[in-house]
Amino acid sequence: MGDAIVITSGKGGVGKTTTTANLGTAIAMQGKKVCLIDTDIGLRNLDVILGLENRIIYDLVDVIEGRCKVHQALVKDKRFDDLLYLLPAAQTSDKSAVAPAQMKELVDDLKQDYDYILIDCPAGIEQGYKNAIAGANKAIVVTTPERSAVRDADRIVGLLEQEQIDPPMLIINRIRNHLMESGDMLDIDEITNHLSIDLLGIVVDDDQVITASNKGEPIAMNPDNKASIAYRNIAKRILGESIPLMSLTEEKKTFFQKLLGLLSKK
Amino acid sequence: MGNRQNVMIKGTKDGFILKLDDRCGYELLKEELIEKLSVQYKAMDDQHAISVKIEAGNRFLSEDQQEELREIVKSQKSLIVDEIQSNVITVDLAEQIIRQRQMSTISGIVRSGQVIDVEGDFLLIGDVNPGGMIRAGGNIYILGTLKGVAHAGCYGNEDAVIVASQMLPSQLRISKYLNRAPDPVKNDDDLHEMECAYIDDTEQIVVDRLQVLRHVRPSITNYKGGM
Repeated sequence: MGDAIVITSGKGGVGKTTTTANLGTAIAMQGKKVCLIDTDIGLRNLDVILGLENRIIYDLVDVIEGRCKVHQALVKDKRFDDLLYLLPAAQTSDKSAVAPAQMKELVDDLKQDYDYILIDCPAGIEQGYKNAIAGANKAIVVTTPERSAVRDADRIVGLLEQEQIDPPMLIINRIRNHLMESGDMLDIDEITNHLSIDLLGIVVDDDQVITASNKGEPIAMNPDNKASIAYRNIAKRILGESIPLMSLTEEKKTFFQKLLGLLSKK
Repeated sequence: MGNRQNVMIKGTKDGFILKLDDRCGYELLKEELIEKLSVQYKAMDDQHAISVKIEAGNRFLSEDQQEELREIVKSQKSLIVDEIQSNVITVDLAEQIIRQRQMSTISGIVRSGQVIDVEGDFLLIGDVNPGGMIRAGGNIYILGTLKGVAHAGCYGNEDAVIVASQMLPSQLRISKYLNRAPDPVKNDDDLHEMECAYIDDTEQIVVDRLQVLRHVRPSITNYKGGM
């Protein structure tokens, strides 16, 4: 029996879909069987980020309405032999095409065959959100170090706490070092204190995340990008390993340290 | 029963007291009241208004009935009902009074979009985040940081207070008064002490050190006994 984790944020544009794609990729790279579900019906784009857009035949609404079997609609990511699957959202219907009870049934069904099911939640707290959390037993809240995003995350955490779900975990996305250091951006402690939920990981803002998404290759496949390492670490934490948080500050060596470095080389 | 007096009129130096029997039927009582008042006080037309207190004993009088009795008394030009006393209240009202006297407690965080509504006092062991709101008929005590909105005395109690370990509200409301948060002063993060908010003589909500509360609102103390 696998875990169904919903990835949500309340606010749009904080990186739910990117996070879903990358965590799915990173978990699959750890050898677990993962199924990603895009519940953003009408505005799907998880398939684009994964580069699976042109292999979609059936979608979520087809499955719910019985036009096909679940396994027919699942799109296999060939880069990860038999480990990563996507259930794409429909682009032609809207959120009301699915009811929470149907989602729950579908997710419960998939839990039998997969280790992890990641559910990409649409922005907002309406029907789409209710569908997305219906089948989940865990939740990840994604936020960015901005007041508006943290405010919405707070709202979402409040709503999630009323559901029969494990306490939600936090990912802080799009961290910009220089702004945080200068105090122009909320820092990590401020955010975690405010939301008072467990911090699952932090991801730095990186231009390559965008280029990778545009190419349809999740950044997590890149072995030496900072954001990629962050996603991989989060994936390992989800699997139960304890990995320390990535340090944000580029270490600036003092004169003394430089001197020590020189001496030890000799 | 025939000549029993269902309505007794007593005169005091403050006015009249109408003692109503609590065992006879309401209609009978009404008739007798009308009759007595019309007989006895015809001569007093020109005098200034005399206040009347109605004592209903163990009779429950509904709002309508109370209004009716007031009208009957008022129809005698010089009489005005000051007060209606009864030994009984409805269960609903009694429960409401209990709720208004009770302190409700929550241990947790009031998050954005969440509204807590209580009729009495409220104790929160945790924070109120921005966008969260607490509305209480009585006082609000927060063992944590108040960053959202707190509305104390929301049914009109101007004596209500708001106390918080850290007072950083987006808005404070007491009764019908409202106070936007002062613009945060940076760099005093480590100077925080417990604070309280109350309405002062100039009908403004003021925020002050917790220690002044015992002087401005001594009625909060309800501990009986020596200290």
